[in-house]
Amino acid sequence: MNQARSNPLNIALMHGALVLYTLIALFPVFVILINSFKDRRSIFREPLALPDSESFSTIGYETVMRQGDFFLYFQNSMIVTVGSLFFILLFGAMAAYALSEYRFRGNMLMGLYLALGIMIPIRIGTVAILEMMVATGLVNTLWALILVYTAQGLPLAVFILGEFMRQVSDDLKNAGRIDGLSEYTIFFRLVLPLVRPAMATVAVFNMIPIWNDLWFPLILAPAEETKTLTLGSQVFIGQFVTDWNAVLSALSMAILPVLVLYAIFSRQLIRGITSGAVK
Amino acid sequence: MTALSLSNVNKSFGKVHVLKDIDLDVDEGEFVVFVGPSGCGKSTLLRVIAGLEDASTGEIRIGGEVVNLTPPSKRGIAMVFQSYALYPHLNVRGNMTLALKQEGQPKPVIEERVAKASRMLNLEPYLDRYPSELSGGQRQRVAIGRAIVREPKLFLFDEPLSNLDAALRMNTRLEIANLHRSLGASMVYVTHDQTEAMTLADKIVVLRDGRVEQIGSPMELYNNPVNQFVAGFLGSPSMNFFPAGLIEDGDNRTMGVRPEDLFLADDGAIMARVSHVENLGGDTNVVAHMGDHQITARLFGQHSIEAGESLRFGFDPARVYHFDQNGMRAPNFQG
Repeated sequence: MNQARSNPLNIALMHGALVLYTLIALFPVFVILINSFKDRRSIFREPLALPDSESFSTIGYETVMRQGDFFLYFQNSMIVTVGSLFFILLFGAMAAYALSEYRFRGNMLMGLYLALGIMIPIRIGTVAILEMMVATGLVNTLWALILVYTAQGLPLAVFILGEFMRQVSDDLKNAGRIDGLSEYTIFFRLVLPLVRPAMATVAVFNMIPIWNDLWFPLILAPAEETKTLTLGSQVFIGQFVTDWNAVLSALSMAILPVLVLYAIFSRQLIRGITSGAVK
Repeated sequence: MTALSLSNVNKSFGKVHVLKDIDLDVDEGEFVVFVGPSGCGKSTLLRVIAGLEDASTGEIRIGGEVVNLTPPSKRGIAMVFQSYALYPHLNVRGNMTLALKQEGQPKPVIEERVAKASRMLNLEPYLDRYPSELSGGQRQRVAIGRAIVREPKLFLFDEPLSNLDAALRMNTRLEIANLHRSLGASMVYVTHDQTEAMTLADKIVVLRDGRVEQIGSPMELYNNPVNQFVAGFLGSPSMNFFPAGLIEDGDNRTMGVRPEDLFLADDGAIMARVSHVENLGGDTNVVAHMGDHQITARLFGQHSIEAGESLRFGFDPARVYHFDQNGMRAPNFQG
């Protein structure tokens, strides 16, 4: 046993550091949550106090609910995030498999071209993207967002998944070929389950920026029926007056689905590692 | 009838020429072992036979049919991999039946073959387990079972014992030999371990740098190696080589004597200083230096020899090999 790991003082220090970091990371979330349950006056008078019988109020949540379209925004955000993740993982894994498994002319060049996307932020191309979306009539549809986010997520997905796919045993794929499995079956049934931890990593990396993005919804889909949650919450933030109760309540609710998605993926992260394919 | 025949097979990866003009025939029911140092192309050759790599030129026939363009699953082969390569998401039964299901075999046939193979390999208690719940030896048996149920024309083994520990390796080696006897099937086996080659093979193919050095039965190769490489590769401990000039003046060839052909003799031709002794109980391996040249003698029985002693070794002149400057076998007597 590693001595550094069994020494109680070391364990205490290690956990101390981790607990401290957790507190720092969770503090803003905590502040948002408690303040979303207080009335406007209490938010400003004592922002760090817990809601008590006097200051407790669900006025923020009521405003958000009354705003009507909040569930639609919610639904839009969910569709865009899940849809984009699905396409990123599907196409990213396919491209990564092709690049890592098959020898063909231009393999290296193609890999580099895809990796370039990691270095160049997609927002540089916003004007061109907008023109394209106008030309194809996709402005103010959720497809516009899904396509853009898929493009944004693919380079990193191909890069990470490619590295993992190179580690999948060749023998396993060859055994499949000798047993008469098609290349698609080998990909979906043998390779994908083995790179599940990497897929979960890619999903988590991509999910949060997509969920939180304000830029593209504002430019490509600002219509009422395609607003995402982040864009929808902006209604409460005015130039002169901001409805803090509503903003905080909206944000509190926006955290939930991301938490659920994260829980799903992180479970995969752990499960994927424990398989006994090869020695 | 020949189970497998290769004629003029070449394989290049880009500019690297990996296999060079391989010609080989494997008879029905024969156990052929490819042996050679790592990087000699033996695994590549096996993959070419399996169809996992295409031959650059040359013809591959399995059971008389040219299979150069046939995909691996249609070649009538089954392969056992070094890393077992079991499907992690399927249990033992699933692993064994997958290929048969792909072939579209009827259910009773599949069940009968699985029952037969699992009886042969003592896998019956494990049929519903997953690969992750099996030990290394059990996994290897499942991999072999997966090959048996297909009833292939040709079995291919790619270093199947390398991942097992020494005791298990010996057992599994016996099992494979028994399997070959009871199935009577043609098998091609790749290994870098010359013991496996000597004990299992009907025919050994020694490869070096993508070229066939010699083909023959184990005893042919042991008794009559065509060159210094084959002589040094087979036999354990390996053959001693030293300049023949050390024994006989004016001889510029290399002389080779097997460690087991050296014996202690007071008037022996070889005078050497012992540097290390390995007492194995049944045998004693003596490592000694004759000038700069290290030689190993394998003496039968137990001897009390200490490092630092000077000893004289003798040998039977008829059991000595001579090699010319190119490493090719030369006649024993110059003239």
